[in-house]
Amino acid sequence: MNEGELMPDTSTMIRDTAKKLLDEKKVNLIIGFEKGTLPLRSTPCFIRSSEEAEKLIWNASCENNLARYLRKRQEKIGIVAKGCDVRSIVGLIKERQLAREQVFIIGIPCNGMIDRKKIDAKLDGREILEAEERDETLILKGHNFTETINKEEFLHNSCQTCKYRNPVIYDVLIGDKVAENEGIDEYEEVRQFEAQSADERWQSFTDEVSKCIRCYACRNACPLCCCQECFVDNSQPQWIGKTTNLSDTLIFHIVRALHTAGRCVDCGACDRACPMGVDIRKLTKKIQMDIKQLFHYEAGISVDDVPPLATFNPDDPQEFIK
Amino acid sequence: MKEMKIAKNEVASFLDTLIREYKVFAPVKRDSSVVFQEIHSGSEALLDYTNSKKPPKELFSPQTERLFSYDLSQEGLGIEEPPLAEKQRIIFGIRPCDARGLVLLDNVFSGGVYKDVYYIDKRKKTLVIALGCNRPSSTCFCTSLGGGPFSQEGSDLLLIDIGQEYVVQVITDKGEELIKKRNEFKEAEEQSLSSMRKVTDTAEASIKSKVEVGKVKEKLDGMFDDPFWDLVHEKCLGCAVCTYLCPTCHCFDIVDEVIDQRGERIRTWDSCAFPIFTLEASGVNPRPSAKERVRQRIMHKFKYFVDNYGVAACVGCGRCIKECPVNLDIRAVLDSILNR
Repeated sequence: MNEGELMPDTSTMIRDTAKKLLDEKKVNLIIGFEKGTLPLRSTPCFIRSSEEAEKLIWNASCENNLARYLRKRQEKIGIVAKGCDVRSIVGLIKERQLAREQVFIIGIPCNGMIDRKKIDAKLDGREILEAEERDETLILKGHNFTETINKEEFLHNSCQTCKYRNPVIYDVLIGDKVAENEGIDEYEEVRQFEAQSADERWQSFTDEVSKCIRCYACRNACPLCCCQECFVDNSQPQWIGKTTNLSDTLIFHIVRALHTAGRCVDCGACDRACPMGVDIRKLTKKIQMDIKQLFHYEAGISVDDVPPLATFNPDDPQEFIK
Repeated sequence: MKEMKIAKNEVASFLDTLIREYKVFAPVKRDSSVVFQEIHSGSEALLDYTNSKKPPKELFSPQTERLFSYDLSQEGLGIEEPPLAEKQRIIFGIRPCDARGLVLLDNVFSGGVYKDVYYIDKRKKTLVIALGCNRPSSTCFCTSLGGGPFSQEGSDLLLIDIGQEYVVQVITDKGEELIKKRNEFKEAEEQSLSSMRKVTDTAEASIKSKVEVGKVKEKLDGMFDDPFWDLVHEKCLGCAVCTYLCPTCHCFDIVDEVIDQRGERIRTWDSCAFPIFTLEASGVNPRPSAKERVRQRIMHKFKYFVDNYGVAACVGCGRCIKECPVNLDIRAVLDSILNR
């Protein structure tokens, strides 16, 4: 088995589907993953011919949310999409950023993606030079070490609490559906955070945000961060300072998170993209929980429902109005 | 001066004596990453690490830097300049690639055309003690850029780990001055030097990642309108991870932060990856899409900088490779350029 190709069946099925779609001219472009240049790293790729489709792969390091690449394109696109990518596509369709007909969804039931930061923490500075993926384990090799780890324990946090591993809509589904996470309290961390005192929360929040270098990888990786002009880039008026002083970075993160209220599907793309390890989900997950509790709504599940913050209902909670 | 040596267990106390006279920066672990910070005790310095997450360029060109403050009162305009660095500084434990990065930055900030007083003041007052790389990472390609795991360029002293002690290569007079009266340093005898050669040979041979950067410039000279740029940017997110974590990227923005009559003029890092980097007041953007922006980053590093200063603006540290959220590997981009 080639390195980085844990589920050859899935990869083969994706390739075959892509080739067929391209040959039959049902799509002009396939967005999927190919082998990356580093161990445990697959990379987004853009395929336009059936020969190129040979590059397509699927494994536990296909962590990027490819829905991010769909907007503002003219061609008919086939997209390799796991559960969270599909939920983002649903969001884009709902917000009229994408027409359902423009996209052919090659849905992939997903067992979760590997968090390299967690593995790095475990290896404590030892570099992975080679990785081999098996069904449930990863075999990591470096200078004078080989470690076998259980994939499940090293999934991204958003994957560990994901309740929609299977795509909610698709045009073709690759392989069999996988079991959904049962009995997991996805908001456990939020509740723990809320249980802290205001001072503790402020401290832990500012600790996180002070790592930020304003590179906007979080914003740019997010499939739903699609404002024509982001508030941080606006100069007339300038809404927010350009510095990395805490006041500026705080405003950036709080406003960005609020902009995702009722829209964020917790794909974790922001978190994965952050080079500095800022726990961005601390905010977005809390907002997601509020939306669920207040409006009984989860984003990215149905193309037809109306997002709660885009409508009103006489029964809407209004306890905040004093 | 001959090569010296210092026992590893004397490094912390050596740093302690330096801290009394100098502001000393060293790699320390913060959360899960390594950062350069001022240390107050020699034992805080991390001696065994691959490289810092952020390059130490920020000690010379901080991400946010106040250039001056102003106050428009009834008596007129008052301007206050920030104080220059009051103390001499030492960066201990910088990697040779990053030390070389400082030399590349000197071209921009203290070269023939512009003299940046803020940068030059910090550079003049800083002594650089580098730590050679016994175990380069798989993403390191410094040897392709004219550097190496034990490159001396940009350092005053270079420490090479040979087990129980460091061999100390004395590179500048400033470096010699610093250690000559300190008895922790002894002359390195042939046994240490031969261990050193073994270590350096092994480390240099372990760098497998190679790009023929010399030929890239020639290719790029005729590639501005090449269709290559139409596709190479496709997966780029347009974030600033690669530029902000690059030890040689140096572009900045200048903004005024004003409240009523008082204001500050601030310089902040900026990135060619951002659309607003080139957005003109008229609304025109000469680099309207990711295509032009990715081309700019590659061209600036491997063509324009070479045109201007005779050297590529890359030291092969590999940070952009490790941290790119979509694995857009600059080595692969350079290889594709070479294959055009």
